[in-house]
Amino acid sequence: METLTKEDILKEIEKVSNILPASIIEELKVKLQNIKLTKKSLEKILNRVINEYLNSLVEPGEPVGAVAAQSVGEPSTQMTLRTFHYAGVREFNVTLGLPRLIEVLDARRTPSTPMMTIYLDEEHKYDEEKAKEVARMIETTYIENIIKNVEIDFVSASITLIMDLEVMKDKGIDIESVVNLIEKMNIGEVEVQGEDKIVIHTNIYEINKLQKIKNRIMSTKVKGVKGVHRVIVRKEKNEYVLYTEGSNLAAVLRIKGVDATRVYTNNIHEIEEVLGIEAARNAIIKEAMGVLEEQGLDVDIRHVMLIADLMTADGTIKQIGRHGVSGEKPSVLARAAFEVTINHLLEASVRGEKDELLGVTENVIVGQIVPVGTGIVQMLMTMRSAKNEGKN
Amino acid sequence: MFGDMEMSKKFSIFDHVLVPQHILLSKKEAEEVLKQLGVKPHQLPYIRVSDPAARALGAKRGDIIKIIRKSPTAGTTIVYRYVVPG
Repeated sequence: METLTKEDILKEIEKVSNILPASIIEELKVKLQNIKLTKKSLEKILNRVINEYLNSLVEPGEPVGAVAAQSVGEPSTQMTLRTFHYAGVREFNVTLGLPRLIEVLDARRTPSTPMMTIYLDEEHKYDEEKAKEVARMIETTYIENIIKNVEIDFVSASITLIMDLEVMKDKGIDIESVVNLIEKMNIGEVEVQGEDKIVIHTNIYEINKLQKIKNRIMSTKVKGVKGVHRVIVRKEKNEYVLYTEGSNLAAVLRIKGVDATRVYTNNIHEIEEVLGIEAARNAIIKEAMGVLEEQGLDVDIRHVMLIADLMTADGTIKQIGRHGVSGEKPSVLARAAFEVTINHLLEASVRGEKDELLGVTENVIVGQIVPVGTGIVQMLMTMRSAKNEGKN
Repeated sequence: MFGDMEMSKKFSIFDHVLVPQHILLSKKEAEEVLKQLGVKPHQLPYIRVSDPAARALGAKRGDIIKIIRKSPTAGTTIVYRYVVPG
């Protein structure tokens, strides 16, 4: 028999793409395309691969959830000893280890250390100055941060700001824009004296009120994105990347110079809001695997993927636990077996709930065969009796 | 100037690395999928109408969205989500 051409081999492999996953198809293509094969031997290879693949699939009735729970749970006990560990992006701390894993699985609204990783576009990513420019656009700066001193004159009812010109230059803010900002607040006449003095004449002679106005001026945002407190520029490989303390995905995506396709935040709820549930699923996997890998724990990604699938199954992020996945089980007994037993039993009895005994936990409780593995097979029926029943 | 040009193109969430490809199925395609999988729509995972991806596709409740995920284990996997109100 003659050997197949490269094209024929690829064609034959493509034929089984409805059985095998894409990654195996790709691997087969790469490995087989330059080998001399007859049609028969290729068929043999493919059949062997398909057999191996089908054999390695999870069998019906396998308790994948329990296996996933154990596979994540056991390594995390190794973590507890080294808990509350902080490892940072040099300048600031990021919660890692068990506290972070719990945060992810509990689907907390905001992480204890919100953080963003911001990549820059082609124009800005190779130049440190340009990267800093973008960083300045993102980092929130209040008037408080750019002044040397503030004086309140109660006699003339004026507030004098002495600006820190050096800091202002570094942050790329000019005195004009600050004046404009204060004028917009409508407190009084604003006047620039000399190079670095801004005097605000108010007509308020009450000490308390004047103090309050001063505080309002101090906390006025001059520049930046709400919620992002600090930005650090770091060189990574050949490009500059921004790391931020605080997170605001929606606003950062709109900043010029940011590579919007790669912006990342560790706030999973923000990702869900801005990019959708599928992106949130990916973020959960990334965060959980990141923690486990950082701790040197080798947990198969399939377990984490299953957890992420479960957490995002109803279109929103649900936590694992009483207020989420476990708390929404249909079976009363399964819920009662988890946490707050009495409340669940009480509520179920008031509502007259029924337990169909379909799950694992409830069958363990009543002492029946658990629907797992071979126990999941409920009834065997021969075709003949089915036919006969149809006739009656 | 290059930056200006890029910003003028509206950012689509599907360009983001975290967002997999979403495809809105027609009624006919949806029926075929359900038949092939042997499930009722409510047995699929859900996606809310208000989800940014669903909104970008203009999906309505009752639709089915096909999602082509990149998977570290299987290369690509296809999943379906049922559009629910919320």
